[in-house]
Amino acid sequence: MTLSDLNVAAPELILAGSALLLLMWGAFQGRSNFAYGAAAVLALVAAACAAALGVQGRIFSGGLIADDLSAFAKVFIYGFSAVSIPLGERWLQRRGDNKFEFNVLIILAALGMGMMVSAGDLIALYIGIELQSLALYVLAAFRRDDAKASEAGLKYFVLGALSSGLLLYGASLIYGFAGSTQFPVIAEAVSQGAGGGVLFGLVFLICGIAFKVSAAPFHMWTPDVYEGAPTPVVGFFAAAPKLAAMVLLARVLSEGFGSALEQWRQVIVAMALLSIFVGAFGGLVQRNLKRLWAYSSIANIGYALLGLAAGAEVGVQSMLLFMVLYMVDVTGFFACLSALQRDGKPMETIDDMAGLIKERPALALALTAFALSALGLPPFAGFWAKYYVFKAAIGGGLTVAAVLGLVGSVVAAFYYLRLIKVMWFDPTVGATERPPFEARSVAVAAALFSFPAVLVALVWLDPLAKAAAAVLG
Amino acid sequence: MTGILSLITYSPLIGVVAILAVRGLARPGANTDGAVRWIALATTVATFALSVLMLSGFDQGASGFQFMEDFAAFSGLHYRMGVDGISVLFVVLTAFLMPLCIAASWKTIDNRVGEYMIAFLVLEVLVIGVFTALDLILFYVFFEFSLVPMFLIIGIWGGQRRIYAAFKFFLYTLLGSVLMLAAVLGMIGIAGTSSIPELMAYKFDPTLQTWLWLAFFASFAVKMPMWPVHTWLPDAHVEAPTAGSVILAGILLKLGGYGFMRFSLPMFPQASELWAPLVFGLSAIAIIYTSLVAFRQTDIKKLIAYSSVAHMGFVTMGIFSGNVQGEQGALFQMISHGVISGALFLCVGVVYDRMHTREIAFYGGLTQRMPWYAAVFLLFTMGNVGLPGTSGFVGEILTLTGTYQVSTWTALLATTGVILSAVYALSLYRRVMFGELNNPALAQINDLEWREVAIFAPLIVSTLYLGVYPASIFNITDASVQALVSAYRAAIGG
Repeated sequence: MTLSDLNVAAPELILAGSALLLLMWGAFQGRSNFAYGAAAVLALVAAACAAALGVQGRIFSGGLIADDLSAFAKVFIYGFSAVSIPLGERWLQRRGDNKFEFNVLIILAALGMGMMVSAGDLIALYIGIELQSLALYVLAAFRRDDAKASEAGLKYFVLGALSSGLLLYGASLIYGFAGSTQFPVIAEAVSQGAGGGVLFGLVFLICGIAFKVSAAPFHMWTPDVYEGAPTPVVGFFAAAPKLAAMVLLARVLSEGFGSALEQWRQVIVAMALLSIFVGAFGGLVQRNLKRLWAYSSIANIGYALLGLAAGAEVGVQSMLLFMVLYMVDVTGFFACLSALQRDGKPMETIDDMAGLIKERPALALALTAFALSALGLPPFAGFWAKYYVFKAAIGGGLTVAAVLGLVGSVVAAFYYLRLIKVMWFDPTVGATERPPFEARSVAVAAALFSFPAVLVALVWLDPLAKAAAAVLG
Repeated sequence: MTGILSLITYSPLIGVVAILAVRGLARPGANTDGAVRWIALATTVATFALSVLMLSGFDQGASGFQFMEDFAAFSGLHYRMGVDGISVLFVVLTAFLMPLCIAASWKTIDNRVGEYMIAFLVLEVLVIGVFTALDLILFYVFFEFSLVPMFLIIGIWGGQRRIYAAFKFFLYTLLGSVLMLAAVLGMIGIAGTSSIPELMAYKFDPTLQTWLWLAFFASFAVKMPMWPVHTWLPDAHVEAPTAGSVILAGILLKLGGYGFMRFSLPMFPQASELWAPLVFGLSAIAIIYTSLVAFRQTDIKKLIAYSSVAHMGFVTMGIFSGNVQGEQGALFQMISHGVISGALFLCVGVVYDRMHTREIAFYGGLTQRMPWYAAVFLLFTMGNVGLPGTSGFVGEILTLTGTYQVSTWTALLATTGVILSAVYALSLYRRVMFGELNNPALAQINDLEWREVAIFAPLIVSTLYLGVYPASIFNITDASVQALVSAYRAAIGG
């Protein structure tokens, strides 16, 4: 290994370096301001460029991989992290709470997520997950004076620690039976019939990661954490970390356990269907929109898992496309929520949205687009996301699961429609405050992406996802 | 005239842009409703003119698709458009009914006029798109998204139980459509193309056909609607505003029949033959049962809604008879029903606008105050019953003839529906129009005004014209229907 090998780790080095610099700068300055936020965004954008254009390869004995898949994932992870900085800053500022640590934590989380998608062995995998998780725990409890936020942070931490324990236990089993932490070596052991022990470990590993993506039956923390955490932070939670964990899962399963497809596929399909139905039925009784969208995200992860379970390149490709399209929607949705405020209080329940179409037509239209998109109605982004996933699932022989998944989406349609109904049909309940510029523009841009820009975006997103998935093919 | 189909399909969007511009540019607080109404009317009339222009350039002798457009999009999908003898008339029908709907809403809709007109214009884009799309996914996009404007139309401008009706409408149809989506994805995976003409030529494995057929059936049977999945329709009709009912009965129901003729029959011929008895049975039940249900209704709109279900029974029966008479009759019945049921809902709208009730018992003796209205209503009642000389007759007799050759019993049972339709339609007419004018509230009710006469005139003309000269339809549909039937016959080996 030479010094030039470090070029492969350029995005990580940029982020780690800038996180430390920003921490120092922040310590002297005390509070965050425009220049500080801009610097953080710039660091993330630089890392995204480095990931997209930089050198590819494997370093640290295959522990850190930079390939098309990690580049694809990193660009979106860093990009969505960058978007969450102005959203979060402004939201906290509105509440007189703009601590500089917010930006540093987002960058550290992005660094961890980047390492997750680049992980080539179990150690790197664990370090990435932990770095990401610890930053997210703090972000969830970022408003430390708020009892609900502290509760959310604590819950997230305790359950997250439990899942990390499961994951580590699984990793140690795999290491014990396969004799290595590196994915290619594990794959070799598995294909030579390493037996039950490795698969046992794999199930624990999957459970640990399922926790991170909030797939049922490991979803219990999601509604509580989403409800308590600051709204823009939830928007961040629901997007980038899930892509990172899904890509990680795809890489572990394909690179490490490709020959055990039939075994892990059952687990993934079961989790996918369970998630879809938990998400669909659980959401029916929610009045709080953040909780509702927590259930929506559980169902959506179910769809992504279904794509992954289809196996092969097509499955991974469909999962990547699904996640990217879903991330845009969910970011836009939470941008809308963080923008809306009435009498100094955030509007978070369905009933708060009554008659919004007259009060804030642009945001109400955006919310309508996100609801229809989440419902999977064409021509919105959510439809195309489901299109790829279900096409892959049916092509991969999972017809029954796909049909069940589609039926689940009809159940979920009820609560998305209820949001639309409240906004369009009900009389308005009072004036809302002027939404901040950042959140409003992100919301409108995401809605315009959902339709019609998605039709253009897919022309280049599709081949990019294909190339990324080909790495695991 | 390449590109004319896209032009027709998207031309209502010009009206949407104009409405938004007028509302955006108007002084705050200014009333733009008048301008909005005129823009919507002008746009829909222009779309109709374009569709007539397209029809005039339509080659009646050709059985294949015409005015084809094809652009590659992403992921191997294409933007494909085209019409043949089966779809072209639906495009014209949609464009024909839309201006009438706008005119019918002229005075009755007075809140959120801009949104209302935009919803109708968008709906027109989507419905025309369904009939012109030649790509499965494109078809699905139009088909599915048409739920949204209708959901809003029912939910915002509907009656008392509009929320319930809107949800029921949406969720029922969505459940059907997602099953179709699963089949669509499977077909694309197997055949490797989403082009409708190519899929029509592709021979699917007969066992697979059964499943695909059932999935499509789930969607189209709900849309049609067939008994027993018709229950959303009466609710949706009763709660929808008049123009919404017209579009629902006149056009949206035809999506189901169109789907059967475009997909089920040509793409899954073996399965269609296999399941034809099921369709016949359901059709016969629909015709008899819903006719009886219609007879017992106390709400005028609900009665007409149930009669729609019964009339759609003739359509499904005709389609799956798989012969030329059946297909031609089904197509004719759909066009004719689009005109007549649309007109009947407009008739209900006339008295509803004046009295704000649709209770049959409320009315009676209207002939004394509204002779012109009574005459118009009589004509369309007769059309609904299927009196020779009106367009209603032609479709019924042809579908019955077609079915008779395949399943005598079904035809026999369905024939009773002709009598039953007379029972409910004439008794409705008697209770509303004849007798003494006893209700004091009706003493001052006024006859049709000029706007209403102008709405009814084209409908009257087309009902009679199609009734005495049905060849005007058959000449257009003939080549495509012949091709459809001969392909179907060849596939099932008969």
